[in-house]
Amino acid sequence: MSDMDEFLEMFFAECDELLESVATGLRQIDEGTCEMETVHAVFRAVHSIKGGAAAFGLGELVDFAHKFETALDLLRSDALDATPQVMSVFHRSSDCLADLVSSARLSDGSEHAGKDDLLAELDALIGREEEVEGEIEFVPTAIDFGDFGGPVVAEGYIIEFEPDLDLYRSGNDPCALIRALEKLGRTEVRINTDKVPVLSEWSKENPALNWEITLYTDATEAEVAAVFEFVEDCCKLSISQLEPLAEVDLGEAVEEQIDPEAEMIPVGENDGPLVDNQGAPSAPRLETPADGRPPKQTDAAATATIRVSLDRVDKLMNMIGELVIKEAMLTQVVQTAGLATEPEVVGALDGLRQLAGDIQESVMAIRAQPLKQVFQRMHRILREAAEATGKQVRLVTVGEQTEVDKTMVERLIDPLTHMIRNSVDHGLEDALTRQRNGKPQEGTITLSAAHKSGRVQIEVTDDGGGIDRPKIRQIAEDKGLVAPGAALTPGEVDSLLFLPGFSSKDAVSALSGRGVGLDVVRREIMALGGRVMISSVEGKGTTFTITLPLTLAVLEGMLIQLNDQTMVLPITAVQETLRPDQASVHYIGSGGRALANRGKLIPIIDLGCSFGLRDAPGNLEDGVLIVVETDNHKRAAFQVDAIFDQRQVVIKSLEENYGRVAGVSAATILGDGKIALIIDPEEIIMSTTSEPARDRVALIAVG
Amino acid sequence: MLQTIIDNVMGKHEAIAFKLADQDFCIDIGLVREIRGWSPTTVLPHAPDYVRGVINLRGAVVTVIDLSARLGFGLSEPTHRHVVIIAMYEGRIVGLLADLVSDIVTISDDSIQAVPDIASDPAHEFISGMITFEDGRILRKIDLKQLLPDVPQTGG
Repeated sequence: MSDMDEFLEMFFAECDELLESVATGLRQIDEGTCEMETVHAVFRAVHSIKGGAAAFGLGELVDFAHKFETALDLLRSDALDATPQVMSVFHRSSDCLADLVSSARLSDGSEHAGKDDLLAELDALIGREEEVEGEIEFVPTAIDFGDFGGPVVAEGYIIEFEPDLDLYRSGNDPCALIRALEKLGRTEVRINTDKVPVLSEWSKENPALNWEITLYTDATEAEVAAVFEFVEDCCKLSISQLEPLAEVDLGEAVEEQIDPEAEMIPVGENDGPLVDNQGAPSAPRLETPADGRPPKQTDAAATATIRVSLDRVDKLMNMIGELVIKEAMLTQVVQTAGLATEPEVVGALDGLRQLAGDIQESVMAIRAQPLKQVFQRMHRILREAAEATGKQVRLVTVGEQTEVDKTMVERLIDPLTHMIRNSVDHGLEDALTRQRNGKPQEGTITLSAAHKSGRVQIEVTDDGGGIDRPKIRQIAEDKGLVAPGAALTPGEVDSLLFLPGFSSKDAVSALSGRGVGLDVVRREIMALGGRVMISSVEGKGTTFTITLPLTLAVLEGMLIQLNDQTMVLPITAVQETLRPDQASVHYIGSGGRALANRGKLIPIIDLGCSFGLRDAPGNLEDGVLIVVETDNHKRAAFQVDAIFDQRQVVIKSLEENYGRVAGVSAATILGDGKIALIIDPEEIIMSTTSEPARDRVALIAVG
Repeated sequence: MLQTIIDNVMGKHEAIAFKLADQDFCIDIGLVREIRGWSPTTVLPHAPDYVRGVINLRGAVVTVIDLSARLGFGLSEPTHRHVVIIAMYEGRIVGLLADLVSDIVTISDDSIQAVPDIASDPAHEFISGMITFEDGRILRKIDLKQLLPDVPQTGG
């Protein structure tokens, strides 16, 4: 049973890739940039899912995939135009297929809501074509009914089969294939040696044989094609139906049609009459995908991959974390032993450090995944959101090859989903307003990603009306989130959107506007060590910018001393460090202290006090101030006892065995084997402000 | 091995006995991963007083709980003679600070008595049963589940 589970898991993993290629292919068709190969690729992917599903007895999946495949086949054989309506059905079918796959995976029997409707729509597409077919019954067209797998069964097939070198190389035997065909019915086999050169010019690199096989059978074309399933990408194959009429007076017709120059030599024991269907008047012909395949094959070969379970990579990453710690320990031991100045020791340590860094980078590269997977899903989210709101929206994705850590890819899905929905629902105006403002009716949402100065930046941009600041302000005031009349800059007003309990839409739609929108996004991004920023131009649109660290495993930190405890402050937040002089420190009231820095007064926060390590703030002269900035550009100066190092630290979860600690984002292990806590500067600043409601707004809103 | 199986069938368990403020306690041996000597911890801010902080256990961050403080005997002054019992409960690893580990004892199910109803003692709720021995010794069985700090799961 566990073997079977393993296979099933492999099948589902494969399904994910196939579904992705279906979705990508359909979009390419949408854009009109596609070639026939794209259609083939989509068809093949759906076909593979169907095949796999059939092997595991997933009936529902098979049925749907089959219908989908049939409709796609019409597109493939040019019997159906890729009109927007048709493509919409295909897109939704692809979504539904994905749902069916995931429901089969969870085996929870959940149904895709629109499945039956979709089946009906697909039927309509297929049916329409069949009707059209009926009208032009006598005109020979290139429509293949073979794949319908049921109603239309030909009397037989003519199979032209020319193996490529690869077929022989991979150990396939044409003879075995022909024997397999014989099992389906009576065969007549001709070998065509036309292209075989004279012996002196012959090379084994150039197999020039081809076969023409006439097969009399009641099997469907799919069954016939199945014989060649494993070789279809290394041979030229054409399967065409035998004209039923021609078969009746086969002998005569064939006799007449023999092309004397064709020089067909019969092989095998099937010494039947010579058949040449070149002249057969209406043999519908379908090129199998095999022909279009070679270029794609080379693509695939260029990026050879292996599947490795994530556990193994995680384990490797953990061990590298240990290596980094051990290396720090060694450095410390060397130092205490007084060897730190020995050139040989220093050289060896440097070498070790470099190697550890390289290994860490390589493993991070293994864990890195292109954002494509996430972006891909957003197309669907957008489609559903557009449908729900009745707006016309187009999603443009840029930089989907940008790579981020695997865990981050997974955890980005929810926030991005929220943001896309938000942009469709709140960001874009309805078609009428757009028209009035001289914009194209169809709204555009751009999802872009790029690496920027050691971080990943993701942007969601809409070309909507921008943020309606007076309205936002009004809502915030109504909800008591901000004091009426408070002086807020436009940036501050924009930031109100991130407040918990804020919902700007008057009417709560099914899509968004439950007031759990953007503050959740913000929290989730912050949990990933990222930041969210917002910028908006009235009438032009809104941009949400997310910046994320490259990895969740390692962080560049500043080691600080607080009483007898060592703590780590993420370097990304640090702006500058300074020893305060009396002139720049100002006292406000009894306990308040502020630092004049870069022309602004910023609060001084004693970290020892905020962590409860001491009761009263330490003497400023004894300490060091670190100016930090949060993603809202809110600045503060942290007072610490000393700064003694800056280094890479491995992030260890604190929540796993204990839970969350206010002001602490995680823990790490230092060179001496002790644990140090990693400070969350944002939370410290938040928590040290006294009045939560009002001050929090001001804090968040300082943009 | 065989003895263990026989013991299990007979309704017998092994437990680690340890001392705290001159009282004998025990914890099911199946929950115990290892026993270490005390080493200084990293203090967790805003933690209850019985949470001594965290230590590094081969790369894992492990919380150390001062059993003495948790059971109401007051904070212990750990020395190098103190021990930390590393236990695992439902996937969470926790270190328990105790005075010393005294014994490994075999206890049978029928020797476990309910805790006498002495209300309002903090130790009461962390003890799941009393085990009496023929020589008059009494072991208090620790309920690890009750012992673990309840940490509010804020945020994600």
